[in-house]
Amino acid sequence: MHSYLEFEKPVADIEGKIQELRALAAGGEAVNVDDELDRLKAKSSQTLQEIYAKLTPWQKTLVARHPDRPHAVEYVAGLIEDFTPLAGDRKFAEDHALIAGIGRFRGQSVAILAQEKGHDTETRLKHNFGMVRPEGYRKAVRVMEMAERFAMPLISFVDTSGAYPGRGAEERGQSEAIARSTDVGLGLGTPSVAVVIGEGGSGGAIAIATANKVLMMEHAIYSVISPEGAASILWRDSAKAQDAATALKITAQDLKQLGVIDGIVDEPVGGAHRAREIVIDNAGKAIESALQGLDGMSPDEIRKHRREKFIAIGRNFA
Amino acid sequence: MNWINSLVRPKIRDLWKKREVPENLWIKCPETGEMVFHRDLEANLWVIPNSGHHMRMPARKRLETFFDDGAYDTVKTRGVQADPHKFRDSKRYSDRLKEARARSGEDEAVLVAQGKVNGMKMTVAVQNFEFIAGSLGMAAGEAILEGMLKAVETGTPFVMFAASGGARMQEGILSLMQMPRTTVGVQMLREAGLPYIVVLTNPTTGGVSASYAMLGDVHIAEPGAMIGFAGRRVIEQTVREKLPEDFQTAEYLLDHGMIDMVVPRQEMKETIFRISSILMKREVELPKLEAPKPAEKTSSEDAETKPASADAAPQETADEAEPAR
Repeated sequence: MHSYLEFEKPVADIEGKIQELRALAAGGEAVNVDDELDRLKAKSSQTLQEIYAKLTPWQKTLVARHPDRPHAVEYVAGLIEDFTPLAGDRKFAEDHALIAGIGRFRGQSVAILAQEKGHDTETRLKHNFGMVRPEGYRKAVRVMEMAERFAMPLISFVDTSGAYPGRGAEERGQSEAIARSTDVGLGLGTPSVAVVIGEGGSGGAIAIATANKVLMMEHAIYSVISPEGAASILWRDSAKAQDAATALKITAQDLKQLGVIDGIVDEPVGGAHRAREIVIDNAGKAIESALQGLDGMSPDEIRKHRREKFIAIGRNFA
Repeated sequence: MNWINSLVRPKIRDLWKKREVPENLWIKCPETGEMVFHRDLEANLWVIPNSGHHMRMPARKRLETFFDDGAYDTVKTRGVQADPHKFRDSKRYSDRLKEARARSGEDEAVLVAQGKVNGMKMTVAVQNFEFIAGSLGMAAGEAILEGMLKAVETGTPFVMFAASGGARMQEGILSLMQMPRTTVGVQMLREAGLPYIVVLTNPTTGGVSASYAMLGDVHIAEPGAMIGFAGRRVIEQTVREKLPEDFQTAEYLLDHGMIDMVVPRQEMKETIFRISSILMKREVELPKLEAPKPAEKTSSEDAETKPASADAAPQETADEAEPAR
């Protein structure tokens, strides 16, 4: 059963009627419900399609954060064979908010970085709600350097509300950890692809998203600050989050238009959480084609490609 | 005329500025409450004489007091599209920009300049906190990136005086993109073997501390400067724990291994010069040796009388940066 978002209420209502009819039929009442069921099912999917065809940026934010949305661990499980997680930054601790490791993608050895939010109370606490601490970014640096040494492409799955704001994180240099991870990612001589699968939360996201190809899922968001954060700072009214979501330009479609990302991965009607396997498969195809586009480039060319791409951002519409 | 642009013009601009702020003749020390006459404060580089509290220093003054004889050439950087998202919160962003420009007399939050420090040519960027909290938007990112490239082109050390509340939120994702863009500049300095010295001034936070400001070869902070990723209030709300009084201060970061040294403003120029001359493998006596004439002559006088050399900046850089478009 889905948990419905508020704006999906018309669909939830129709689905409710479908349930009632089915219960009625199952109860042995002598009525023919088949025609009515077919009609309702068609109406339900049509309504869903209509709603998802014109999601507002705020509605997309809710979809991107949907509790049932496939998370990084599912993408890794679905796309990476022989995935072997590697733990620890060799300096202080292991950070479960950022999963790192090695494996095979379509038969090719790859390195993986994946921000995981967790799906229930226990896993959310374990993964710190996807909010990475300095150790996570330092582990990312370690694995990126391994990718370089062993000439393996790097695939990042980005899904975080932001880097963790905590006392220990500050004391251990959250700023430096993010800066260094950004730096190392930009300087890699091996091809890199980043996919924003849910939330791309500011510096916490960019630290693992300085890739040759940056992709976003159709209903993912990527922003300098959360809509709620912007509302409370700029509007001084946290109720203005919806306005902030629109003004900040955070949707995949906006970012593609701005030249900040390279591609959008289609989600099925009703969002990734309604057809997880399809969406993971779509992501796999998009990553494969992105990597193919970088095939045969020398380390210097890879580095140059990435640098020029980032330097060009914003210059094209001056 | 180099000196007209770099020396006379800024001074003329200052005459205007001073007229605009006649009410701030006395400045109160935030630590002790002591009142200091503005001229005394300025003469002491905006450090309260008795308490040693470092007040925020105007960006132009930073350049004037850092370079020999206050002489520098502003590095012109390319224009960017102002207000790319036609952003409006409680106020129009374009109006905020207008106000910031009128108030500061500057086009944007970062100034880049080249000049001499004890005779050594350096490229310097100063982040102006008075301009929308020194926030890192497209114009600031472009200025920093191009400043770094200018340093590479002319083979000088690059000194970054950072002061910022973080990303320019009104520019959305394009402000976030300045983190990797400026990082590319840092990489180019590194590849060219040029020193990159970061001076963390009060405050340096958010996307600025989490990018170029934490990637220096040497990190110097001014006493008492607040430096961190997340704001104190955000952290207190997250951890529900009382934070130490000196949390995120320069001295706290020094203790935690994030910066190399805390240096009072009066010693900043000499410290940066010393570090640069070691890293550039240049003998400290060099400026004096360039002047074969009698003893008392200072290196700055030499700079004026010396014929144009490879050190001289091309003329086009002497102009002021044009307003962002």
